[in-house]
Amino acid sequence: MSLTPERAAELRELCRKFRIDVLKAIHGIQSGHPGGSLSVCEILTLLYQERMNIDGKNPDDPDRDRLVLCKGHAAPMLYKNLIEKGFLPADSMDTLRRIDSLLQGHPSIHTPGVEMSTGPLGIGLSAAQGMAMGLKLSGSSARVYAILGDGELNEGTAWEAVMSAPKFKLSNLTAVVDYNRVQLDGTTDEIMPLGDLPAKWAAFNWNVIECDGHSLEELSEAFDAAEAYKEGPSVIIAHTVKGRGVSFMEGKAAWHGKAIPDEDLAAALKELEV
Amino acid sequence: MAKAIREVYGTVLAELGEKNSDIVVLDADLSGSTKSAIFGKAHPERFFNMGIAEANMVATASGLATTGKIPFVNTFTAFLSTLGLLAIRAQICYGNLNVKLGGAYCGTSAAFDGSSHHATEDIAIMRSLPNMTVLAPSDAESTRWVTQFAVEHQGPVYLRLSRDVYPDLYAPGTKFECGRGAIVREGSDVTVIACGLLVHKAIEAAEILAERGISVRVVDMYSIKPIDSELILKCAQETGAIVCAEEHNIYGGLGGAVSEVLAWGGASAVTEFVGIQDTFTESGPYSQLLKKYGLDAQGVIAGIEKVLARKK
Ligand SMILES: Cc1ncc(C[n+]2csc(CCOP(=O)(O)OP(=O)(O)O)c2C)c(N)n1
Repeated sequence: MSLTPERAAELRELCRKFRIDVLKAIHGIQSGHPGGSLSVCEILTLLYQERMNIDGKNPDDPDRDRLVLCKGHAAPMLYKNLIEKGFLPADSMDTLRRIDSLLQGHPSIHTPGVEMSTGPLGIGLSAAQGMAMGLKLSGSSARVYAILGDGELNEGTAWEAVMSAPKFKLSNLTAVVDYNRVQLDGTTDEIMPLGDLPAKWAAFNWNVIECDGHSLEELSEAFDAAEAYKEGPSVIIAHTVKGRGVSFMEGKAAWHGKAIPDEDLAAALKELEV
Repeated sequence: MAKAIREVYGTVLAELGEKNSDIVVLDADLSGSTKSAIFGKAHPERFFNMGIAEANMVATASGLATTGKIPFVNTFTAFLSTLGLLAIRAQICYGNLNVKLGGAYCGTSAAFDGSSHHATEDIAIMRSLPNMTVLAPSDAESTRWVTQFAVEHQGPVYLRLSRDVYPDLYAPGTKFECGRGAIVREGSDVTVIACGLLVHKAIEAAEILAERGISVRVVDMYSIKPIDSELILKCAQETGAIVCAEEHNIYGGLGGAVSEVLAWGGASAVTEFVGIQDTFTESGPYSQLLKKYGLDAQGVIAGIEKVLARKK
C-alpha cells in the first residue's frame, strides 16, 4: 500500500489543518495537552485517513480495524481524525473539555469511534492486546493499533503487555511508540531513562521497526512492514518531536499540559498557516 | 485570604524537610502539579522522581520506611488510590509501615481532565484499610497541620489534597487533633458534617439559610479516620438532623463513616447525603462541574431542605 506523492501531499495538508484546529481548541478551553497532540499527528492521521478499515457510518462493524490511543492525553488529535472520518459532528471540536460534551478531556468509550477509555497511562496496550486476541479467535482479519507515549513506558503494566503479546503470536497487533523523548516533569533521560528502547522490545520478541514519525512516507513503509510480519506483534518506534510544528513548543516539557496564552496561539498559527 | 492547597502542602513539606532529615519524597512524573517539586528543589538528594510508575513508587516507599526514612509519595490520587493500592494494602497497612500518601487533585479538582483523573472513591478505599489514618484539610492552616501530623505520627497516613484554592478558615496556630472535628459555625436546626471543599460550600449554604431563619451548624470533619464519634452523636442529639457533604461518591466516604457512628450510637437523627450520586463524572470547568454534580452551596441547601422536611 505505497503512498503516492499526491496522496502524501494531501495528508500533509490535512496534518497542517489538524495542528491548527487542535491548538485552537486547546486554546479555546485554556486546558489540554499541546505537546503530545502535535507529536502524534502524522501517526494518527496516516492510520485514520489512509490505512485503517473503518467507516463512520458503520462504527460497530465487527471486522473494523481498531486503534487504542494509550497516551490518551493526545485526545484532541484523535477527535480531529474521528471528525474527518464522520464519527463525530464537525462542530464538536468547540465543545472539547466542556460540560456535557462528547469530547472528554481523555478518550471515553462512550464517544463514537473511541474504542477504549484511556487517560491513565500504561493500560492501553493490554486492552489492545485483548482486542487482538478476540479478533484472532473470531477469525477476523482486522488489525489493532496501540499508540503509546515514551514516558508511558515507565509503567510496569506496559511491559507486562510487551511480554505477553509475543506469547500469543498477535501478528494482528501493531504498537507505535511516539518516541519524542519528553514526558511531563522533563525529558525521558531526566525522569526515567529508557536505555536502548528498540533492543528492549526486540528482547521481548517483537518485530521492531524504526522510522521518522513525522514522515508520512516512512511511517507508511513501516506499517507495510508490520503488516507483512506474520510471526507475532510488531512495534514501530517512531522518532518524533514533542510539540512538532510550533518552534517554541518543540522539545519542551513545559508545553506538555499548558494552557495556550493568546499571543502564543497567534505566534503558533503564524508558523502553521504559511 | 485564600491559598492553593497543593502549594501550601509542597511548601510545608519542604520546610519540614529542613528540620527532619528522615523525610524523603517520591513523585511519579507529576511533581510540578502535586508541588512535591518544591521539596525536590530544596532537598534534591532526598527527592526521587520515579517516572510514571505509581505501583513501583508506592512499593519503593514501603522499603524506604523499613530503613527509618519517612517517605511521602505523591501523585494524582485517582492513580495513587488505584495503581498504588496493592502495596498500600499488602505492605504499608498490613505492616503498619511509616509511609505518607499525598493524594493530589482530590474529588473533581482535576476538572477538565475528566472522570479518569477525578478521585471520587478514594476516601472509601483508604478508610477501609486497617491501620490507615485519613485526613482531609479544608484550608491552608489545616493543610499545614495534616502535613506536620503525618511526619509525627507513626504509621500510614492518607492526605486528601485539592488542586484548588480554598479560603482561609482557621487562624494561625489553631490546635487540631487527629480523631477530632471542629464546629466552624454554630447552629441548632441541622448539622452539616463536611470535609474539604464542602466545608466552605456548607458555610455559604448556612449563610443563605440564616436569612430564611434556618440555623445551620457546620462541622469540619478533617479527621475522617479516626472519626470524632463524640461530636457526631452530640450534633445528632442537639440538632436532630444531619447532612453529610463531601466531594466524593455518597457511598463509603465521609457519609458512610458518619452513618456508621450514628448507627452504632443508636442516634435518631434524620440523615441526608450531599455528594456524587453514584455516577462517573466528566470534563468541564470546575465551578460548572460542582454545580452539575450538586457540590455547590445550592446542592448543600437542597440536602438541608430534604432533611428538614423529614425532621419531626
Ligand atoms: C497512570 C498515570 N499516571 C500519570 C499520569 C499523568 N500524566 C499524563 S501525561 C504524562 C506524561 C506522558 O508522557 P509521554 O507518555 O511521553 O507522552 P507524550 O510526551 O507523548 O505526550 C503524565 C505523567 C497519567 N495520565 N496516568
